[in-house]
Amino acid sequence: MDTAEALFLARAQFGLNIGFHILFPSLTIALGWLLLYFRIRYARSGDPAWLATYKLWTKVFALSFAMGVVTGITMSFQFGTNWPGYMLRVGNIAGPLLAYEVLTAFFLEATFLGVMLFGMNRVPGWLHVFSAAMVAVGTTISAFWILALNSWMQTPAGHAMDGSQIIAGDWLQVIFNPSFPYRFTHMLLASGLTASFVVAGLSAWRLLRAGEDASARNTLRTGLVLAAVLAPLQIVVGDLHGLNTLEHQPAKIAAIEAIWKTGKGVPLVLFAVPDDERRRNDFAIEIPKGASLVLRHDAEAEVQGIEAFVPDAPPVAPVFFAFRVMVGTGVLMLLAAWSGVWATRRGMLPQRWMLWTFSGFTFAGWIATLAGWLVTEIGRQPWLVTGILRIREAVGGISGAQLGASLTGYIITYTVMLIAYLVVLTHLAGKGANA
Amino acid sequence: MSLDLPLAFAALMGLAILMYVVLDGYDLGVGMLMPAADEREQELMVASIGPFWDANETWLVLGVGILLVAFPAAHGLVLGALYLPVAAMLVGLMLRGVAFEFRVKAEGWHRGLWNWLFWFGSFLASFAQGLMLGRYVTGFHPGFGYYLFAMLVGASLCGGYVLLGSTWLILKTEGALQRKALAWARWGLLWVALGVALVSLATPLVSHTVQAKWFDFPRTLALMLLPLATVAAGWMVWAATGRLKRGEREFDWMPLAATVAIFALAFAGLAYSLFPYVVIDRMTIREAAAHPSALKFMLVGVAVVFPFLVAYTVFAYRVFRGKARAGQYE
Repeated sequence: MDTAEALFLARAQFGLNIGFHILFPSLTIALGWLLLYFRIRYARSGDPAWLATYKLWTKVFALSFAMGVVTGITMSFQFGTNWPGYMLRVGNIAGPLLAYEVLTAFFLEATFLGVMLFGMNRVPGWLHVFSAAMVAVGTTISAFWILALNSWMQTPAGHAMDGSQIIAGDWLQVIFNPSFPYRFTHMLLASGLTASFVVAGLSAWRLLRAGEDASARNTLRTGLVLAAVLAPLQIVVGDLHGLNTLEHQPAKIAAIEAIWKTGKGVPLVLFAVPDDERRRNDFAIEIPKGASLVLRHDAEAEVQGIEAFVPDAPPVAPVFFAFRVMVGTGVLMLLAAWSGVWATRRGMLPQRWMLWTFSGFTFAGWIATLAGWLVTEIGRQPWLVTGILRIREAVGGISGAQLGASLTGYIITYTVMLIAYLVVLTHLAGKGANA
Repeated sequence: MSLDLPLAFAALMGLAILMYVVLDGYDLGVGMLMPAADEREQELMVASIGPFWDANETWLVLGVGILLVAFPAAHGLVLGALYLPVAAMLVGLMLRGVAFEFRVKAEGWHRGLWNWLFWFGSFLASFAQGLMLGRYVTGFHPGFGYYLFAMLVGASLCGGYVLLGSTWLILKTEGALQRKALAWARWGLLWVALGVALVSLATPLVSHTVQAKWFDFPRTLALMLLPLATVAAGWMVWAATGRLKRGEREFDWMPLAATVAIFALAFAGLAYSLFPYVVIDRMTIREAAAHPSALKFMLVGVAVVFPFLVAYTVFAYRVFRGKARAGQYE
């Protein structure tokens, strides 16, 4: 059993788990707020259509939340089992941030979710609205802490040394580290877009199946309008996040833009097949001096290439392609949302081909989120914590056989769970709010 | 006065694990009892745990979270040694967690499948937890006898959760289902007796440190209160289920309360055996503890958040007090 294989299996297992997990919080963070909106609309109007809408999406939320909880429990174990070196080296910083997430978010959302799901006839209306609000607040607080930790790993700040141990010097600097505000906003908007496309897409599916459904028309419009507002905001925030990355993690930007050599007047690579072996681009389509212009706002400015960071440089091809998938999906989502808002103006029902398009975009947010996650996490390689800890230094002594056996178990379980989830979601959406 | 931080976090971790065992124990137990009930009863059983299971499992995250963040060195040692049972437990918890949601929405044979997965996941998670306990208290010694012992503890913990689950059902249901639960509870009690006896006998045999702590006159006399109280609590479960069988309804909370007492007493005994070790005879809580700066920062959070946590947990249990009613998402 060589370490390279154990490292690969540990990464495959953790990557699978966290990649599967992220799907569900990225939906529930924003869906929680949408539920609160539906619930308040019902409280104000007393209109049974809003109640039916609220109940339908509550089911979707409960299902997604359960998927997030159980995969999240798995993660809480894998932090330690797969990456013992991580906790030993930076546990004094990572640990408290995770502990705060459990204490301030997990119990809050889980407990009030019970009241929200089962307590509508047992508590006064205002208390039920309050419970829905606490669930939404809980999911957002959870995102706050986990992104504080993720951002700290990307752009560490506020830490100090006590002997050989890394400890927090200033907790505020640790939490509000340089990339945190950008990453947190970027993630919340990503969740907003994911949820709004799921709502719009499943509502469109319902309209295709049923022809007419007032509640589905409402939610189709809600989802599209929300997406149309959030998509351009996300482009602006994403750009700011990129500039922040250029300042703090220039190696990641070099990988995103497939820039190999440091130089002045560097071209912008629109498309290419980056070759990590030979450190060059094949089939490149470039805009001369474009990268210098975009990144430094000066056509002759110097931009650092991958060669400046070797041997601690990330692989280029996966980062380069994942970035283009993210941006491409994002642009398509913007177009879909805007045309959708136009097609549903003044209570109009979009044509069937448009409804099919929205249905096709149901999980577009997941694709963009996963691609973005790959960009940011592969882009920090080989570091686990930038400048402090490399991934290969954190892997533990679990044998390849044990990792392989449990990985197989996880793959089977996740496949069953994902298929069941999609089947039930389609089924729920097909029946609509009248079910 | 300076606070003993490792001690404070060891106490906190103990509390979180005990809370987890009792709270998720009753809903895992209800999951394992599913095949013994008919379809209408199954709906009631699921309805009785519906509002709570998410929050119950969060105590596990808190418990393992404290182990991870307050005692990082022990976390690697313990979970590394328990890697496969932990993975089995996680798969079990995942299956039952999602089956819980899926079974309501499924129809026909799909529903049967999810019911089965709900039972299987509950059983797998419970058995794996017992296995972990069995391995943990014997210091992860290799050898056939030790593995057999761990399997027996696994079976006993399943019995213990069945006891918790059935006494929970005695409290939350009435009529035919409650009568069934009374019979289940007595079966569970026998398994608990076996499990408690096994662990109590094994720990002093495996570790001389533990032996010395318990068999040290005259302290032993005072310590005997613990097993005596456990036996008394067991007798209360037996007596209370008997009275309920004869139709005296007002004590429907008594079997659950006495069962919780059994778990708390057994846990206290185990904690006494282990302290100050976090890994028996190998690593103490002080050796495993994280840096004081990290512990202090977390303790602030605990102090601020805990009252709220307790308050809204109590609130949720008050909202859903009384007998369970069938029906999803009222």
